[in-house]
This record gives sequence, C-alpha cells and structure tokens, in this order.
Amino acid sequence: MVKNVMPQTAGFESIQTRHHSNKLWTWPFIAAIIAIIALGVISLFTGVYDIKGQADGKEMFFTTRVPRTLSLMLTGAAMAMAGLVMQLVTQNRLVEPTTTGTIEWSGLGLLFVYLIFPAPSLLLRMTGAILFSFIGTMLFFLLLRRVKLRSSLIVPIIGMMLGAVISAISTFIGLLFQMTQNIESWYIGSFSNIQIGRYEYLWIIVLVTVLIFICADRLTLAGLGQDVATSLGVNYNRIIFIGTALISLAVGIVAAVIGNLPFLGLIVPNIVSMFRGDDLRSNLPWVCLLGMGTIMACDILSRVLIMPFEIPVSLILGTVGSVVFILILLKQRRSKRTTR
Amino acid sequence: MIQIENVKKSYTDEVAIGPLNIEIPKAGLTSLIGPNGAGKSTTLLMIGRLLDLDAGQITVANMDIATSKSKDLAKILTILRQENHFVTRLTVRQLAGFGRFPYSKGRLTQADEDIISKYIDFLDLTALENRYLDELSGGQRQRAYVAMVLCQETEYVLLDEPLNNLDVARSVQMMEHLKYAATEFGRTILTVLHDINFAAKYSDRICAMKHGQIAAFGTVEEIMKPDILTDIFETKIEILQGPYGPIAVY
Repeated sequence: MVKNVMPQTAGFESIQTRHHSNKLWTWPFIAAIIAIIALGVISLFTGVYDIKGQADGKEMFFTTRVPRTLSLMLTGAAMAMAGLVMQLVTQNRLVEPTTTGTIEWSGLGLLFVYLIFPAPSLLLRMTGAILFSFIGTMLFFLLLRRVKLRSSLIVPIIGMMLGAVISAISTFIGLLFQMTQNIESWYIGSFSNIQIGRYEYLWIIVLVTVLIFICADRLTLAGLGQDVATSLGVNYNRIIFIGTALISLAVGIVAAVIGNLPFLGLIVPNIVSMFRGDDLRSNLPWVCLLGMGTIMACDILSRVLIMPFEIPVSLILGTVGSVVFILILLKQRRSKRTTR
Repeated sequence: MIQIENVKKSYTDEVAIGPLNIEIPKAGLTSLIGPNGAGKSTTLLMIGRLLDLDAGQITVANMDIATSKSKDLAKILTILRQENHFVTRLTVRQLAGFGRFPYSKGRLTQADEDIISKYIDFLDLTALENRYLDELSGGQRQRAYVAMVLCQETEYVLLDEPLNNLDVARSVQMMEHLKYAATEFGRTILTVLHDINFAAKYSDRICAMKHGQIAAFGTVEEIMKPDILTDIFETKIEILQGPYGPIAVY
C-alpha cells in the first residue's frame, strides 16, 4: 500500500529543484509596482490648483500634493494590512477594522481626548485612538472565543453590532457635549486637508509593516488555529496580542490623521488570497501594493468626479467595498454548496 | 516514553477524568480506544499540552509538559486534532513546510526543503503539493496535515481520530502510512481510534478507556478478548480469528 518508500531512491534532482512556489519578484509584481508608481504620478498631478501655471505652483506641490500622495500610500497599506492580519487571527474572511468595531472604538478614543483636553495635539489624539482601538479589538477577540463556528457570518455581525453600539455611545457623548461636528467630520474620512505638518505620523506605518513582516509566519500559524500553532511551539496568546497591538497601532494612526476608511481591509486581502493564498510573508508586499493602488484610484476618482469639488474618499470606498463584500458572501455560499 | 502520573481533569462534577496512571513505551503505534465520552481525546490533548491538567504530571521523553517550554516541546512532540472548519488557503507544500517551524523559524534551508519533499512523497501528495488546501478533498487535506506533523520530525506523534471522515480505502492507506512511520522512521505514535478492528490490525499496543479511567492496556492479543471488549463498550462483542489477526464482531 505504501508505494514510494524513501525519496532517496526516487529522483534526487527532482527534490532539489522543488521549493515553495510563492516567489515574490515575478513579472506581475514588477508590473504592479510600475502601476502603483503611475497611479502615484497621476495622483500628484490631479487637483484643482494649477501647479504648473501659478507662480507658487511648486510650493503648493510640495506642501499639499506630495504629502497627500504619500499619506494615501501609507494609509492604503496600513488598512489593507490591518484587514489581512485580522482575517488570519480571527480565521474569518469578512473581518476588517470596520466590521469589528475597531474603527468605531478609535473614534470613541478621539472623542475622549477632545473631551479631556481642550485643544489636543495630533499626538494626543493619536494616542487616544490607538489605545481605544486596542481595547476594542481585544474585547472583540475575547468575545470571539465564545463563538464556536469562526468562519460564519456571526463574526462580522457581532463586530458590526459592537461597532454600532460604540458609535451610538460616541454620538450620545457628542450630543451631550456639543461635539457632533467633530464626530461627523471624522466619520467621513478624507485626504483633502492633508498637508505638510499634518501627516508625518503616518510614517510609523512603515515600522508597523516591518514588525508584521517579522511576525509573518507566526501570524499565518495563528491562522491555522490555536492547536496547530501550539503544537508547533508558537505561543498563541502572545502572537494574538502582538497582532492586535500592531493592527491597533496602524488603525489608530490612520483614524487620528485621516478618519474612517471603510472596507479597504476587506477588499484587498480577499483579492490577494484568491490569487496567492494566505501565506502572510509572501503576500504582505502584494497586500501593501494593492492597498496603495486601491485607495489612490479611489482618491483620484473622488477628486475628478465633481471637479472642482471633492467627494470624500470614504464614500467611494464604502460603495466599492460593499459590492465586494456582497460578492465575497455569494462566493462563499457557492463554494460551500459545491464542497458539502 | 510517555509517563502519566495521577493526572486528573474535571469538567463538571459528573464528568471527570482520572486519576490516570500509565506508561506508554517508546516506539510503535499505540491506539486509544473506548466508548464516546471515555476521555480518550481529553487524555491525548493533555499529553499534547493543548489542555491543562487539574492535577498530576505528564512527562514525555523526561520533559514535564507543564513546565517545559512550548518551543522545546515542539521538537519532541506534535499533536494533530480533527480538522477545523476554517480552511486556510495555503498550498500543501506551504502547510507541510510549517512543520519545520520549530527548527527553521520560517527560514527554510535546503535540508528543510528535502525533509518536506520526503514526507510529501511519502504521503503520496507529490502531484498535489502546489494545490491549495481548499481545493482538496477531505482525505487529501487530512494527509496534508499528517505530512506537516511528520515534517516536524518529532519522536512522539499524537493524532486525534485521524480516520475521521475517511472511507475504508483512505483509512487503510492512512493506517499503513502511520504504521510505516512508526516502524521505519522510529516514531512513537499515539492515536485515538474509533474502529476496534483498525486498532487491532495496525497497533502495537492498545489502551482502552472507559468512564474517564484506563480500563485496559496491553498488546493487541491481550486486549482483543471478548470479555474485555464487551465490558468496555457495554455491547456484546465476539472475537474471531481473521487472516490478519483478531477481528471484533458486534
């Protein structure tokens, strides 16, 4: 019954040439990088202000356009990564910062900072957002431990319910202290007021990316479940904690600097998973790139659709994202029907 | 050797396991059998450090499960549970490669790659190695997980119902592989089995559990007796001598 007994007797060369198939530097990847650069250039030269004709065009270019494109790239990568790590950690494809309440928690954190400090600095707001999104995400994960069927729709439903409760609390507090304007403008994430001096904290995302890359294999193992991870000597609870901390850091920074950006963390990792599977280490560059590309494309759209005015980018992301969300749902149901 | 001393685990007042005392010798295939709720899986999970003990001590190769570092244990002991619902989109080879994690920490060397190839070939997964797990049948996926567990190259391999969801042909194939791994690769395999006859044909030793206690432990010939099995399963069981050894008939 056991046919091929020892591989030494079988073709040895065939073994030597075999390796993991997920190579990073492939032609599609290089093409993707070129596409991202192209989108970046388009993003730099899109806008109402005539940077070539006006006398202070060059100055405007460096105070608003360059920071805007950079912050688009950084936030795109951050939200896509956050979604990816969350999906691995929760073992659920429909999870991302907006379907787990993470975003709402960071909103609440921002609000608290506004309540306690009269005119809070960006650093203070960020700290509040990071702290609250960490607490909120941890709470969500603790709740998840009670859910037996991790792959089910129950997970995002719990998350969205939790998020709705938190945002209701935010609204209530906002009404109580006449700060509804702060919340409303926050819920509509937009890059329109990004300029030099207002976006630099986003560079921390680069650090987060490096840290996620270092933990990549452990996070993938966490995605295989607590038992498999433990059996392979990985401290499951610790890696969940680290993963959550990194997600919260990324989401909190984005929340404080830009605002609410829905569904980016859902669209990107799912598309990458379809084509390249779930190996985090080899997928992370793809997820970052695709995140950058998606948000830059949406932002360019938001700037040109009703020129000279701007649609908030979150609106476009929300529209595109909800369609993708439904498509994933339908696909999941179909695959379930065929395998069972 | 796996030593279990005075181990207890209680879920509720009525459902409790232990005190268990047993020494499972090195090498060979040992099957845990017994009726549902006898505590087989719980015992296996406790040995595999996936479940904490309430009392007592378990040592595997003289390492205390409770106090040893998990990453050190990962080099001498591995445990595979029944398949979970979520199917990660990893290829068979990527999954098997994670079996090398305790050694390589994710940076696979050529030696690691050779080991991975060896077990993929051994489990007849060569043609499937670049397929994603969610594109495989249940039996193929089960074999991919076993490949991962074997890639870990631990002396002790614990398997919780490895024949779950497998048809007769696949079950025979799986047991042949496990038996081979035990005899030729010198692994100590401890597995929970539901089918007495599979246990009888492939095991070196059988450990029978009932009501959270070890009811009997010995060689296949010692355990495959009508009075012992009838008592354990509370069902009339006869033993016939078949061409490959004793067969339980119920």
